Amino acid sequence: MQACSTSPTIEFRGVSFRVGETQILHDFSLAVKRGELLVLLGRSGSGKTSTLKLINRLLEPTAGHIFVNGVRNSDADVIRLRRSIGYVIQEIGLFPHFTVARNIGLVPKIEGWAEPRIRARVAELLQLTGLDPSLATRYPHQLSGGQRQRVGVARALAADPEILLMDEPFGALDPLTRDELQREFLSLQRRLGKTVVFVTHDLHEAMRLATRIGLMEAGKLVVVLTPQEFLQSTDPWAEAYVRAFKDQFDSNSTEGKS
Amino acid sequence: MNFLRFILQNHSQVLELTAEHLWLVGLSTLLATMIGIPLGILIAHRRSFNKPVLAGANIIQTIPSLALFGFLLPVPWLGDRADRLSILALTLYALLPIIRNTDTGIRGVDPAVIEAGRGMGLSESQLLFQVELPLAISVILSGVRTAVVISVGLATIAAAIGAGGLGEFIFRGLAMVDNRVILAGAIPAAILALLADVGVGWLENRLRPR
Repeated sequence: MQACSTSPTIEFRGVSFRVGETQILHDFSLAVKRGELLVLLGRSGSGKTSTLKLINRLLEPTAGHIFVNGVRNSDADVIRLRRSIGYVIQEIGLFPHFTVARNIGLVPKIEGWAEPRIRARVAELLQLTGLDPSLATRYPHQLSGGQRQRVGVARALAADPEILLMDEPFGALDPLTRDELQREFLSLQRRLGKTVVFVTHDLHEAMRLATRIGLMEAGKLVVVLTPQEFLQSTDPWAEAYVRAFKDQFDSNSTEGKS
Repeated sequence: MNFLRFILQNHSQVLELTAEHLWLVGLSTLLATMIGIPLGILIAHRRSFNKPVLAGANIIQTIPSLALFGFLLPVPWLGDRADRLSILALTLYALLPIIRNTDTGIRGVDPAVIEAGRGMGLSESQLLFQVELPLAISVILSGVRTAVVISVGLATIAAAIGAGGLGEFIFRGLAMVDNRVILAGAIPAAILALLADVGVGWLENRLRPR
């Protein structure tokens, strides 16, 4: 595992983002450190996904700047920038007309890797993400939800990007599969030490995965805390989250399960 | 079964007119595909062009075919040769289904797939050729199929301005009030339409994304 260096890998400086009259992000500043797994937590419409898309320039800010590895991302070549950042979305977005192997090997291929190297990399990633090698020739519609999501992660890791952006990647899965994938992703992350920005609305998921949690509300970053600090925070928004989480947990325990 | 005997007796002429017919339909469909698919891609991506382009193609469709052939007759160069003129007219008619299906097919591609592709760093042309077109191809081809079938029928009218094709028999038969002659044109034309339909349909199935 890499040591967290002090220079931030991703930095937002006074970023605002507006669509028409709607202010999505307001004067947003945040530094993501190298090797950390920062979870953006917040409810729908709080601007988490937009924050993510501003990093790989699927969206452009209306004010402020975003730095990736010290370079303003608006100065970087957009295609190069995106290929250096892995991206996983909830709907996965696997190419339905490509086999699993072609899906995973796409970025290496357009990056001009030689065919044997792509094949080796695909095999490596299938193994890394816990997928059976025989799945390589299948099409996405022949896979289960959990398998698809693993392929999504494998595809994002294909060209070995330093940064990984994940937008509720496990949101659509059943609880058991989600639990399994969270656990595996965590151990994968311990080995790979990527810089990850992970979006979720699930506090449980955030507590489990995060090195730090950035709580968002109405386009603003409310607090950035470690999971431990988050539980003890006196910030009203953080407290509200923890309370809702505990209520849910308590109502579950009164039904005889603890 | 009199017309069968007529066809057999005049088989060389039937073949010749069928070949002319194929030439008119084939070339016009090729041109319409070459113009229609790029136009369809354009309007799928630039929504502001969508209405005007589709409206234009629609208006062309509303012009009665005989009138369109007539309108184009005095145009220099074009009016010099009836087959040129017919190919242009047939091309214009074939545009609408091809443009519309290309537009529909491309816009029907799952936005999550496009977004993932863009986020992974595919360029716009890589997105188009590796993702959008392969996923839209069966819808696009079903537009081409509609266009071909319409063209086979319409091309019979081209005989009215002397462009040849199986319409020759139909018009001659009408003038002679001889059903055998009409059928000698109409039946091969119907068979052509069926074959074209089955042929493009087969291609459509082969290329359908799984």
